[in-house]
Amino acid sequence: MMGGGPVVVADGLGQRYGAFSALRAASFSVQPGEIFGIMGPSGAGKTTLLRILGLLDRPAEGRLEILGQDPYAPSADLLSLRRRLATVHQRSALLRRTVAQNVAYGLELRGAPGEEIEARVGDALAAVGLLDRSQAKRRTLSGGEIQRVCVARALVLEPELLLLDEFTANLDPANVGILEKAIRQFVSHDSHAVVLVTHNLFQARRLATRVGFLLGGSLIEVGPTEQVFREPQDPRTASFVSGEMIY
Amino acid sequence: MALLDPEIIEIAVLSLYVTGTATALSALIGVPLGTFLGTRGFFGHRAATTLIYTLYGFPPIVAGLVMYLLFSRMGPFGATNLLFTPSLMILTQFVLILPVITGLTIAATAEVDRTLKDISLSLGASNRQLRATVLREARPGVLAAIMVGLGQGLSEVGAVYLVGGNIEGSTRTLTTAILQAIRNGEFSFGAALGILLFLIALAIYAALEWFQRREFE
Repeated sequence: MMGGGPVVVADGLGQRYGAFSALRAASFSVQPGEIFGIMGPSGAGKTTLLRILGLLDRPAEGRLEILGQDPYAPSADLLSLRRRLATVHQRSALLRRTVAQNVAYGLELRGAPGEEIEARVGDALAAVGLLDRSQAKRRTLSGGEIQRVCVARALVLEPELLLLDEFTANLDPANVGILEKAIRQFVSHDSHAVVLVTHNLFQARRLATRVGFLLGGSLIEVGPTEQVFREPQDPRTASFVSGEMIY
Repeated sequence: MALLDPEIIEIAVLSLYVTGTATALSALIGVPLGTFLGTRGFFGHRAATTLIYTLYGFPPIVAGLVMYLLFSRMGPFGATNLLFTPSLMILTQFVLILPVITGLTIAATAEVDRTLKDISLSLGASNRQLRATVLREARPGVLAAIMVGLGQGLSEVGAVYLVGGNIEGSTRTLTTAILQAIRNGEFSFGAALGILLFLIALAIYAALEWFQRREFE
C-alpha cells in the first residue's frame, strides 16, 4: 500500500463554519497498524476532524496527506483515494435493503464480482456475529444489530484506514464487546490503521495505541495512551482523563 | 350495463392513453431531474427549484390557453396541425405533470437522511452512484410523485378541453365527456362516466398501496 509510511499526516488542519472555528491547527500522524484515539467532550471538533480525514469535507486550513497522497492536489483522484478508506458514522443508518445487501453495498460500488461479494460479506457478518441475520430487513433489527451491520459494512471493504465515530455509543456491553473484538481483529490481521473518535475514556484506553485530546477545536495533547492517561502533560488533559472535567 | 358501453370504453381508453403517456414522459424526465436537484447543491439550484415549484402551482386552464394559442392556426406552431389531436393533449398534460413529478421528486430525494448520503460517499460512491442510491432510498416518495401526476392528469378537464376540443370518437376524455353529458342533461351517462373515473383512480391507488406495502415495509 504505502510502503510503511504514515497513513495520515495532518499538519495544521483547521475548519470553519461561517464565523465559528470548529477546528484549529490540528497536527498529528497515524502509522500503519495503529489505533489512534481522538478523545474529547461533545462539541470539541472530533466529528469535524473525522469528516476531514474521511474526505467528506475539505479543510479550510492546513495540509493533509492520506496514504501518501495529498487528496486536494490537482492531480489527485479523490474517489480512488476515498475508496481506500471507510467510515462508521456516529448515527447508524442502513439502506432500504437486507443486512447482507447493506454489507455488500460498498463492494457493489467497486464493481466486485458476485462470488467475491458473497464470500466477503459472509466473513464480515461472521466477524460481528450476524451471519444468521444476513437476510433480515432493517426494520427487524435492534439498535445494537444495526450498529454491527454498519461496522461490518466498513470492515468488508478491508480499508487501509478505518475511521470510527463514536461507533459503540448507546450500545450495551455485549454489543460493545463484539464490536471492539472485531476492530482488534481487523488491526491484527492487517497493517491497516484505525482512527477512533470517542468521548468514552474507557474505550479509548482499551483500544487505542496512541491518543489525542481535543478540546474547543484544539488538539491539546497527543501521546501513547498509557502516558496520556497516567502522566498527562497539560492540566486540561489531566482534568479530562481523571473524570473531573464536566462535559 | 352502462359502464360496458363501447362509447364509454373508448373514452376511458383514450383518457388512459393520453394521461398514461404524458405521465410516463414526465416521469422519464422529471424523476432524474428531481433527483439531480434534490441531491446536488450547485449555482442556481435554489432558483431552479423555485421555478419548478412555481410551475407546480400553474393553473391548468392557463397552461391550456397558452398551448391553444401556440398551436392554433395563427400561432407559431400552427403549421403542425396538432390542435384538437390526442398528441397535443398529451403534450399539454406533459407540461402540467412534469413540474408535479419533478417537484415531488426533489422533496422525496432531499428528505433522504443526510447521514445516508455521507455513508454512501464514505463507502466509495461516485456522484452518479450517490444519486442512484438516493433515488433508490426515495422510492416510496418518487412512486407517490408519479401517482400524484397520474391522478392530476386523469382529473384534469380545462386544459384538455381547450386543446382537444372534446371531439366525439377522437379527443373526448372521461372528464370532458362528463362536462358534455351534464350540459346535455344526460345525467345518468355523466354519472356512469364519473363512477368509471372513480373506479380507475381506485384501482391505480390500490395497486400503489399494495406495491408500497410489499416493497417498503
